[in-house]
Amino acid sequence: MDAVLQALINGIISGTLLAVPALGFSAIFAVLRFPNFAIGALATAGAYCAWVVNVSLGLPIPVAIFAAFVGAGLAGALLEYGALERLGRGGALMKAIGSLAMGMVIENIVRFIFGNDLQAFDLPLARDIVFGPIRVGPQQLNNLVLALVIMAAVWAFLSLTSLGRSMRAVADNPDLARLKGVNPRFIALVTVAIGSGLCGIGGTLIGLDTAIDPLVGGRVLLSVFAAAVLGGLGSIPGAVAGAFLIGIVEEFTVLALSPAYRLAVGFIVILVVLTVRPSGLLGSKAN
Amino acid sequence: MLTYILFALVIGSVYALLAQSLMLSWGLAGLVNLGLAGFFAVGAYASAMLTTWGHAPIPVGVAVAMLAGGFVGLIVCFSTLRLRDDYLAIVTLGFAEIVRLVASNEVWLTGGTDGISGIPVLVPRDAGIWFHAGSLAIIAAAVAVVYLLLRRLLRSPWGRSLRAIREDQTVASVAGKSIVRFKAQAFSLAAAIAGLAGAFYGHYTSYVAPDLFQPLITIYIFLAVTAGGNARPAGAVIGAYLLVAFLEATRFIAELAPGVSAVQAASLREIVVGLGLVLILSFRPDGLLPERSQKAPAQ
Repeated sequence: MDAVLQALINGIISGTLLAVPALGFSAIFAVLRFPNFAIGALATAGAYCAWVVNVSLGLPIPVAIFAAFVGAGLAGALLEYGALERLGRGGALMKAIGSLAMGMVIENIVRFIFGNDLQAFDLPLARDIVFGPIRVGPQQLNNLVLALVIMAAVWAFLSLTSLGRSMRAVADNPDLARLKGVNPRFIALVTVAIGSGLCGIGGTLIGLDTAIDPLVGGRVLLSVFAAAVLGGLGSIPGAVAGAFLIGIVEEFTVLALSPAYRLAVGFIVILVVLTVRPSGLLGSKAN
Repeated sequence: MLTYILFALVIGSVYALLAQSLMLSWGLAGLVNLGLAGFFAVGAYASAMLTTWGHAPIPVGVAVAMLAGGFVGLIVCFSTLRLRDDYLAIVTLGFAEIVRLVASNEVWLTGGTDGISGIPVLVPRDAGIWFHAGSLAIIAAAVAVVYLLLRRLLRSPWGRSLRAIREDQTVASVAGKSIVRFKAQAFSLAAAIAGLAGAFYGHYTSYVAPDLFQPLITIYIFLAVTAGGNARPAGAVIGAYLLVAFLEATRFIAELAPGVSAVQAASLREIVVGLGLVLILSFRPDGLLPERSQKAPAQ
C-alpha cells in the first residue's frame, strides 16, 4: 500500500515535469499542424542553456530557467523560420521529417560543445522530506511548484492576453482568424517560440531532478508524445491531463516491471488510445 | 583498400534494400515510416536467432525475417491507418525505440546489449577477399530482385491505386479502392523488405546488437531516398550508394579536421547528415530522378 501511494506521488511529480514540454508540443501542433520531433533536442538545448547560466556563470536557478526558456525559444523559432517553413509546401509530413533531422542536428551541436558526460546543476544537497512512509525530495517539490506556476502562467497568457486569444483563434480556424485581421505567420512565430521555450524549461526541470546529458530531452520524447496523443493532439488542457496520467502509469509500471520499460508505457498507451479512442481523451478535432 | 571498397558496397546494398522499403511506403503510398531502423532490427534479430541458436539454414532465416518484418509492420500500422498520417509518424518513431529497448533488456531472448555474435555468414569467412565479394554478389542480387519486383508492382494496377491514394484519398475511395487495405499491404510489404535488409546485414557482419539500430539509420535512408528521387526504385538504389559514398567521405574529412575528439567527429558527421537531409528536402525535394507521370494504359 505504501509503495502504491509512493508511486502515485512520484507519478504526479513526473507528470508535472512531462506536462510542461507536452504543453509546448501541443501548442506548436495546434497552430502549425505538424508534430515537431525536434522538441526533445530543444528541451536538451534549453537544459544546457540553464546549466551554463547556473554552473558556469553562477547565477541562481530561476534565472537559469528563464535562460532555458529564451534559449530554447530562440532556437525553436530559428528552426521554424530558417529551415522548416520552406518544407511546409511539401506538406506536414515533410516538416515532421525535417524536424526529426534538425533535432538530430541540435542534439549533436550540444554533444559537440559539451561532450557526452553527465552534468549536474549547482544545487544544495538536501535531505528528503518524510511524511510517514512517503519520501519526497525537496527539489522534486520545488519542481512541482515551478511546473504548476508555469502552467498557470501559460493558461493566463492564453486566456487573458490578446496575443494568447489570437493564438487560440489561429489554432481553431486559421482562415477565419486571418479574416479577422490576425497575421497567422506572426502568431506561428510566437507559438513556436513559446512552445519551444516550454520544452526548454521541461528539459531543465528534468535536469534539476536528476542530471543532464545530450539525450536528456530525447529520452522523454515518447512520454511527451504519449501525453499529447492521450489528451488529443493539439489540445492544451488535454496535454496536461495526459501528462499526469502518463506519469502515474509509468510509475506504476516500475512497480510491476523492470524500470527499463518505463518508455514502453508511452508507446503502448499511444497504440491503445489510437485504437480505442482516436481523438484522445479530451480531443474532438483530431481527424 | 579493395576489401574496404567491397565492404562499403555491401553496406550500400543493404541500405539500397532499406531505401526500396522506404520508397514503397513513403514515396509511393505516402506513409511515413520513421521506425525503419526498428523493422531493420526485427529482421536482423529474427534471422540471427533462428540461424545461430536454432541452427536453421540461412535461407529459412532470411524468409522468416521477411515474414517477421511484414507481420510487425501490420501490427504497427493497424491502429493508425484510419487516422491522419502524423499519427503513423509518431507511432513508428516510438516503435523503433521499443525494439531497441526490448533488444537491450530481454537478455534471455536477444542476448541483451552484448547482442548475438557468431551468426552464420553467407560465404565462408576464410575465403578472404572472396568473402566480401561473394556476400556482395548475393546481397546485390537481392537488391536487383527487389528492384525488378517493385518496378513491376508500380506499373501494375496495384501501384497505380497506391499512387492515386497518395494523391487524393477521397477520390480514390470514391473510385472504389479500399484505402486502408492498400495502405496496410504497402506498409507491411515495405516492412518485410526492411526485415530482409536486416537479415542480410546480420549474415554479413555476423553480429547484431541493439546499438546498431539507432534512429540515425532511419535518417540516413530518408536522405538516400530523397536524394535519389522518392518515388522511383532506381532513384532509391542510386541514392543509397551515393549516401554510402558521402558517409565514407565525411569519415575522411572528420579525420583531417584538427583538434577534434572522436566524440566531436562523430557528432560533426551527424550534423552534416541532418543538415544534408533538410537542404535536399528544401531545395531538391524530387531528388535526382523525379517521378515520371504515367499515361493510363490503353483500354
